[in-house]
Amino acid sequence: MKVELRDPNKIMKLSRLGSFHQSKLSFLRSFLNEFKEWEYKRDLFNLNENGFGEAVYSFKKNKRVYSLVCFANEIKDEERSDRVIATKWDAAFTLHDGVPTKKDIERLKNEVPKQEVGRLSYKELTLSRANKSVRIYNHVVESLSKGQQPDLNLLSKVGYLYRTTAVYGSGKFGLADRFRIKNREEINGPFRLEMMLVYLVRQFTFDQVNHVAYYKNPKTAVKLDDNICKNLGIGNSTGLGMAPFIVNHPTLLNNWILSREKALKKIREIKDVESQDSDLFIDCVKKSLKNITSWNTDSEFQKTKITSLLKDVEKFLNFIDKDFNFESEYPFNKIYQWLEDNTCEECIEYIVSIMMEPYNNIVNPLVKEMSSDEEKYFNIPTYRKVEELRNIIEAKYPNILDINFEEKENNKNFWFISKNKEEPRLADRFEEHGSELEQPLAIARDIKKLYDKLLVSKNSLTIAEFLTSNSELRHVVRRAFIVEKFPYSEIQDNTIGKDLMPIDMLRLKLSFFGALKFDPRSDKWLRICMFQGAPLPNELKSYDEQWVYKTNI
Amino acid sequence: MKSLSEIETTVKRASKAAGYSWGVSEETGKSIRLLELFSLPGIKHLNEYLNQKNKSKFENLNLISENNSSSNNPYCPITLGVSFLDQINVLENLKKIEFKNVAYPIIFISFISRSSEIIGKKINVKIDEKKMLLNLNVNIISNFTDQEFPKIASTIEVNLLENEDNFTDDEWNNLYKLSEETFVEESDSLKEGAAGAGLTDND
Repeated sequence: MKVELRDPNKIMKLSRLGSFHQSKLSFLRSFLNEFKEWEYKRDLFNLNENGFGEAVYSFKKNKRVYSLVCFANEIKDEERSDRVIATKWDAAFTLHDGVPTKKDIERLKNEVPKQEVGRLSYKELTLSRANKSVRIYNHVVESLSKGQQPDLNLLSKVGYLYRTTAVYGSGKFGLADRFRIKNREEINGPFRLEMMLVYLVRQFTFDQVNHVAYYKNPKTAVKLDDNICKNLGIGNSTGLGMAPFIVNHPTLLNNWILSREKALKKIREIKDVESQDSDLFIDCVKKSLKNITSWNTDSEFQKTKITSLLKDVEKFLNFIDKDFNFESEYPFNKIYQWLEDNTCEECIEYIVSIMMEPYNNIVNPLVKEMSSDEEKYFNIPTYRKVEELRNIIEAKYPNILDINFEEKENNKNFWFISKNKEEPRLADRFEEHGSELEQPLAIARDIKKLYDKLLVSKNSLTIAEFLTSNSELRHVVRRAFIVEKFPYSEIQDNTIGKDLMPIDMLRLKLSFFGALKFDPRSDKWLRICMFQGAPLPNELKSYDEQWVYKTNI
Repeated sequence: MKSLSEIETTVKRASKAAGYSWGVSEETGKSIRLLELFSLPGIKHLNEYLNQKNKSKFENLNLISENNSSSNNPYCPITLGVSFLDQINVLENLKKIEFKNVAYPIIFISFISRSSEIIGKKINVKIDEKKMLLNLNVNIISNFTDQEFPKIASTIEVNLLENEDNFTDDEWNNLYKLSEETFVEESDSLKEGAAGAGLTDND
């Protein structure tokens, strides 16, 4: 039986993309898989009794070394902020390519804590900073110093000791350009070095809390239990900065979604499912309920989604228990069809993610297809004709052509870059100033404009000829030719409309990172947790691949 | 040191601020990035050009022909470059294209280099008396070393080269003969058995 890939016009809608969940394809899981054989080491731990100072952690294999350089700083409570406008953080980090010399560490000590206003070099690969979850951090230090383990109920409400507020890579602030390292086999997957940084930061937070607790009371202090460490992750606060990324990297976006769609297609095409595979799948769904019930948020929007998800996953388990036979042919296809008919988008995508768990043979080769050589697809095929371009747009953007951008509600917002922080922002064009400096992120509107122009242009014109008098549409001409080859490269929705939920765009990207427990703090930023339940570095050589469904706090 | 990613992003934004469309600004970002990758003064010349653009007038050439001349104001290197890039499949049929009076020609060169990759042919460019060879956007060879690039080129001559060897038959034959010394002379039994095709190969 041949199953078709799902229709991009359905999957690339924001409400669907905003319902995606982590899976085996997620970058933090593929990072752990890639680096499990590497030698992990804490090379330097030079903190004072209050936990301030420097530390270095590394992964090494053969002659390749990646080193996380950490700087823990003292800041006042009132200086601590997750917002991008902050200028000081509890800790700042960079991933250095190789073993940093003393001179490197001195240089980095001056630059890394400054973050966006510091300068890094081609020897650094990623940059980040993090703030303590003060309530949790202090409680853990206090408990450990008294010889007790912390209160698990309190820990479960947050799930981490620190949260990062930005992770930068690929040439930002002088960091190494991607092209310098792109041929390294171990990082042949998107955001792998960003994942490494976050993973090693997690270990630093455990070491720091143990260190501070010890110096607080050397006689009574105990170490944070390994099992508790394992069930703590790293938080992350994410704002609109992520949203333009998925618009600005169409072929990369395509490759992420296409890999997921190919995995689903292949799983639906399995005629006879082995009992061990169906057992693993059901076990993961059952155990994952803990991830839903411990998913805390104050956001009414997310609470409603979580409630529907929980209800539908329970309904699904009931269906599997009572009405479903895994020994029938093409069982995953039947499950998928049942999900589409009976559950919400959040639940469909949740179960789709878990379907991948038994199938390393399907998923692992796809992980290698998730990067993109974007330069290859940048040039516009200007020898092609207006008629061809019009046909592409009609075929690839059917719903977008139905949007009337003359209506105020469909043209309400504009994306811009703020002058003080050079970060993307979204505002109401009818209420705020600045829409004349709009960023080219209103793709649906501009595609519609292009289409209207094409309708009144001669079919036989070449694109080169068309562009001589329509330069303002060049950016969307390029995109239309990209979507012709890459069906999942375009969000099939209006990114400037009244009903836009920008966090749907963030959620899409974060699900591919492998984030859990999306906690929207508004419609424009959210908190998440990464690596909660993941093996500790010294356990990497042999770990339970389904750790993500087995957190127990 | 600025990364190429920073260069591309900043050039794109600056070009947009200078009045180009987003699509053209994206092209400019790619082109200046390329010049800087090849250690050519892209940022310096773009900066000067964008400053000049506010004060002086430049001509936009949208449709390129064999001979292109701007008698009043110099050609804008960005519009000229984008036009060249867009029309390269047609221009490929012309052997030689000439441009008179071009501002900041090094910016234009970056677009020609990208065009060289699109058609898969090397391109020779003569900017007044100086020569450059653009090799399929992989590198740029020039005799400009240690010299300032001009701010205005009186004449730019673009020659699209056919894909031909740049060595003689004799040179090739000599080298090939030497390479043959790694081959094994086949005996009758090797002829029969080593390829595994059997004795009949025309059935």
